[in-house]
Amino acid sequence: MSTIDEKAKEVMDDDAAHASNGKDTGASGFIILFFIIGFTASMVLGWVIFPKLLYSQKQQPFSFNHALHVEEVDEGCESCHFFREDGSFSGIPKLAQCTDCHEEPMGESEDEAIFVEQYVTREREVPWRSYSRQPDCVFFSHTAHVIGAKMDCVTCHGHIGESESSRPYEYNRITGYSRDIWGKNIAGFKKNSWDRMKMDDCAQCHKEAGIIHTSSVQTERDACFVCHK
Amino acid sequence: MKVDRRSFLSFVIGGAAGTALSPLPWKLTDDSSIWSQMWPWTPVPPDGEVVYEDSTCSLCPGGCGISVRKVDNRAVKIEGKKGHPVNDGGICILGLSGLQLLYGPTRIKSPMKRIGERGEGKWQNISWDEATAILTEKLTDIRDKGEAHTVAAIAGSDSGTVPALLQRFMTAYGSPNFIRTPSHRDTDELAVKTLFGAIGRTGFDVENADFILSFGSGIVDGWGSPVRMFRASSLWKEKNTTVVQVEPRLSNSAAKATQWVPVNPGTEADLALGIAAVMVSQNMVDTGAVSGFSGWKNELLANYPTEKVSPITGVNADVIVELAKGFAKANRPLALCGRGKGLVPGSLREAAAIYALNALAGNINQDGGMWAVSEADYIQWPDVATDKLASSGLRQPRFDGAGAGQYAKARYLLNRLAVGVNGDGPYPLQVLLVAGANPCHDLPDTQSLQAAFAQIPFIVSFSSFKDETAAMADLLLPDHVYLERYEDVPVGAGLAHQVIGLSKPVVSPQFNTRHLGETLITAAKAMGGSIADAFPWDDYETCLEKTLAEKWDVLMEEGVWVETDIEPVADTVRLAGKDVPSVQAEGDVNSFPLLLIPYDSIRLSSGYIGDAPFMIKTVADTILKGKDGFVEINPQTASAAGFSEGALATLTTPRGEARVRIHLFEGIKPGVIAMARGLGHTAYDGYLAGKGVNVNELIGPVEDPSSGHDAAWGIRAKLAKA
Repeated sequence: MSTIDEKAKEVMDDDAAHASNGKDTGASGFIILFFIIGFTASMVLGWVIFPKLLYSQKQQPFSFNHALHVEEVDEGCESCHFFREDGSFSGIPKLAQCTDCHEEPMGESEDEAIFVEQYVTREREVPWRSYSRQPDCVFFSHTAHVIGAKMDCVTCHGHIGESESSRPYEYNRITGYSRDIWGKNIAGFKKNSWDRMKMDDCAQCHKEAGIIHTSSVQTERDACFVCHK
Repeated sequence: MKVDRRSFLSFVIGGAAGTALSPLPWKLTDDSSIWSQMWPWTPVPPDGEVVYEDSTCSLCPGGCGISVRKVDNRAVKIEGKKGHPVNDGGICILGLSGLQLLYGPTRIKSPMKRIGERGEGKWQNISWDEATAILTEKLTDIRDKGEAHTVAAIAGSDSGTVPALLQRFMTAYGSPNFIRTPSHRDTDELAVKTLFGAIGRTGFDVENADFILSFGSGIVDGWGSPVRMFRASSLWKEKNTTVVQVEPRLSNSAAKATQWVPVNPGTEADLALGIAAVMVSQNMVDTGAVSGFSGWKNELLANYPTEKVSPITGVNADVIVELAKGFAKANRPLALCGRGKGLVPGSLREAAAIYALNALAGNINQDGGMWAVSEADYIQWPDVATDKLASSGLRQPRFDGAGAGQYAKARYLLNRLAVGVNGDGPYPLQVLLVAGANPCHDLPDTQSLQAAFAQIPFIVSFSSFKDETAAMADLLLPDHVYLERYEDVPVGAGLAHQVIGLSKPVVSPQFNTRHLGETLITAAKAMGGSIADAFPWDDYETCLEKTLAEKWDVLMEEGVWVETDIEPVADTVRLAGKDVPSVQAEGDVNSFPLLLIPYDSIRLSSGYIGDAPFMIKTVADTILKGKDGFVEINPQTASAAGFSEGALATLTTPRGEARVRIHLFEGIKPGVIAMARGLGHTAYDGYLAGKGVNVNELIGPVEDPSSGHDAAWGIRAKLAKA
């Protein structure tokens, strides 16, 4: 008899032993237990540990109080986040805009001191991290939405204008993009329109509003290149 | 509890089920697709405010208006300026690649002094103060010894305020040795002086001509102001204008022409005179604007009958007669002169013959014709009050011999620098200043020139780029590149009117460089005395603004100043210049059975500016493949010698030897081989260095007997299997 045959016999014996033990419920109980352990562990990994591993946090250069600034200006968000003459959107203000008022420190907060000392006097742009920056393959026109469709900033950006401090910037370690694009909820569920900003969310809003463009002859819908240049 | 196989499997299945019900796989799929679509190392231009800044391109003599697209402070694209009188929105491949010169790796980023052996590439960054001090101490020492004339300066141009400041610096210092790099401009100026008896240049109203006879001028290969010529070429197509290209090889210009006349290389003048003889003999000439016609006519008819010209030029007699008839009978015929891009001067005989054709066709200073115009003379500075040292230096003969003796007709003879330094010169050169020029690559017989440079004790380069000449220097005083500086750009380049463009800083200087004008003013002030007095301006910008006077506001507003209503320098052509012997190719026919001719391509920058990475990518792999340069040869010649396409060969000329690959080309005359200019760099960056062969290393200058200008159009050569 060869060694392989001997081993095969041992395995058979082993199985037979289990089969006989199987008469009490212990064996199948273990199997279910292990299933549950495996199931639970992977659920914990996927729902709790994975998001923690996937995202990393960075602090903004200093904290910015939107609420305070909104009170001071006349035209709401557009006072600082304005449209240029050519229709393009200015996004996060440049230092030059800030220094219109902040040539000297205004107030005595620590953040103000950092701003003036580190950036204004040294004429360095503040390296703000943008929560809402879409991936580079996405072309998004603020003009079409804000001026054309008269949408409110809040619809996509939430109540950031009422925030009194800058929350940490969370970014995806794989893609490098802000967590706000996928949304805080790892499963992708959202309660508010501004909770996430993936392609499906664009599509959902366009569908709800009945805005179907027909730039594609084939599909009679929006062509890919409208947003993906 | 025993973990057996079933429990383990159960654990794995539970894990798989749990994973599938968790966001992990779905989110990872999404993220990895985003990641793979946008590799983090792919450069993405920053988002920001888009503005356009208008300026003038000075990468070649063409003088195109440009519009630079900027996102915030970064220039991202160069476009041609719409409505500009030179290029009206068009741009060439070099102009388009300008940003790679601005941001690319070939820039010299700070003033530097050499610390290793010359050419070794070991440099030390120094401050501008120290750099100026090194320069001025060196120059002051030499001047105090009464040897100011032993300093020479090479510049790419002599028009505009910056070259004028360098010229002025040399005069105030006391050296007669300001030398402009050679080009067709030398021949053109000499031909205008000889034929019109006045100082000026030619301009060609190509847009209004209806029969173009181009003697090797690269109409779409970079001749004149390249973008203007592309546009003219398209216009001719629309208007069905006849374009005849006389050239030994089927260049792009020849391919676009109505008729290609393959001529034996170097016999263009004979063909022009042969055509003139037919016109004269058949009474098809207009002698209204010529003088000395009767004597010239007899000699012409005696020496250039068609049956004699035909075998010399290799053009059939009936083709010559047809060309003569076509040219003479056209309403507005126009003959063009200057081979390729016009980078090599050429012979006076050739220019005079071609300009005589224009005169005999009655197109001098006419719409669609050839104009003799003067340069815009807006630089009106008071004469330099030279001190004793300067005056005695200026009385010395020029180092290159130009303007005296057998070279009396020449203004600049950079082609004689090498022989001068290598033993033939009137005195040894002690210092050489080089601005806007790269003679160590661009001049024929590069090896002799490099040997000469090695003997000059002190060389200063003002180049913005790590070119071959900068590599030979002892002190680098890098200039801003054109997108970082103010400068007036007077445009000659075959335009029939006077145009001045203004270069404006599009971006702030990227590195620790300094405007050449500023460097010269600072150096002059540091040297004091009459030299400082010759430079009364606080800085270059003040100098430019005061010099341009009323034009300054127009230029700041419009970016360009045009004078169309200009008085020609003369109206009559005195027929002359055909009796000089023709310029022969160097080398003996028996040892070197082939003729090597260089040619120009718009994709290969062949002047002071090296080919940008983007441009070198567009060069066909029948010109450059990997590191190998090609030589074009007629299949007939190749098969006789046993060469097949792509074969390696050793190309030998009386001046040098190179390893090349063979490209079979039916568009070249048998017995003639051709090679592109602008390759074979040893300096610049990895995109350009070590690619192809520098044809200048294989060709030597051949002096035009009437002036001393380099008139070499080719050289005898042989090919052997490598």
